[in-house]
Amino acid sequence: MPLDQSFIGRSYAPTEPYLVGREKIREFARAIGATDREYLDPEAARAIGYADVVAPPTFPIIVTMSSSHAQIVEDPELGIDYSRVVHGDQKFAYVRPIVAGDALVCVNTVEDITSRGGHDFMTTRSDVTTESGEKVVTVWAKLVQRGEE
Amino acid sequence: MTSENSETQTFRVTRADLVRYAGASGDFNPIHWSERFANSVGLPGVIAHGMFTMALVGRAVTAWAGAADSVVEFSVRFARPVPVPDTDEGTEVVVTVTVKGETDEGHTKLSLVATCQGEKVLSLAQAVVRKR
Repeated sequence: MPLDQSFIGRSYAPTEPYLVGREKIREFARAIGATDREYLDPEAARAIGYADVVAPPTFPIIVTMSSSHAQIVEDPELGIDYSRVVHGDQKFAYVRPIVAGDALVCVNTVEDITSRGGHDFMTTRSDVTTESGEKVVTVWAKLVQRGEE
Repeated sequence: MTSENSETQTFRVTRADLVRYAGASGDFNPIHWSERFANSVGLPGVIAHGMFTMALVGRAVTAWAGAADSVVEFSVRFARPVPVPDTDEGTEVVVTVTVKGETDEGHTKLSLVATCQGEKVLSLAQAVVRKR
């Protein structure tokens, strides 16, 4: 059965703040082989105007993927079969990089659902702000639920 | 390799990189570390996290821009998996960044191509960066 299009536009409760640690950013930067000093050295980040180390461009996925998975993919009313899901598209639009010390809140929304050829396509949007409401980054993921065999 | 408005960078990817990325990102899907599991869901073997490939492309983008905080927008479509054999050499992802013009805000538009074994693994990949 195709995914219920009445979910389009549904937003979930703001998540508990994710506290971004300096060592987490360093660990992530090392894992992707990035050596930019602004990811590793607080002094280098301060020199370009940030309070602490900045995160690489795809770091926000750590914050958004787990919360949108828990809230949307595992929403029993929506009924996604994750064993048939593949990651289709990914997009980030930044106001500024994530900085160590940020406490980030996500509001996850089902932006679009379409079905064709037996496959379902769902775009989720995660609006990531600081606890005080400053916009940091918006993250979109398109998930493809392949048709049942 | 550099031409007038494009730059190419090659990234080696091994199983150890995938294990490290799994730990750092929290994405422990076994298709990225277990051959047995990957085969059981119809894959030819262990494949890289799509987000790991995107992170490598992000390195090429920030390297092109010359600043770690220069990216305004960044988007990709995962077109084909990146198989990573259990060898010392692993595989290679080749990323080419090409200037595609300017946005209304005066930022630079970049078109991004990532290939593995000569095949494109991303489509519709692009970024917008502040001018270098």
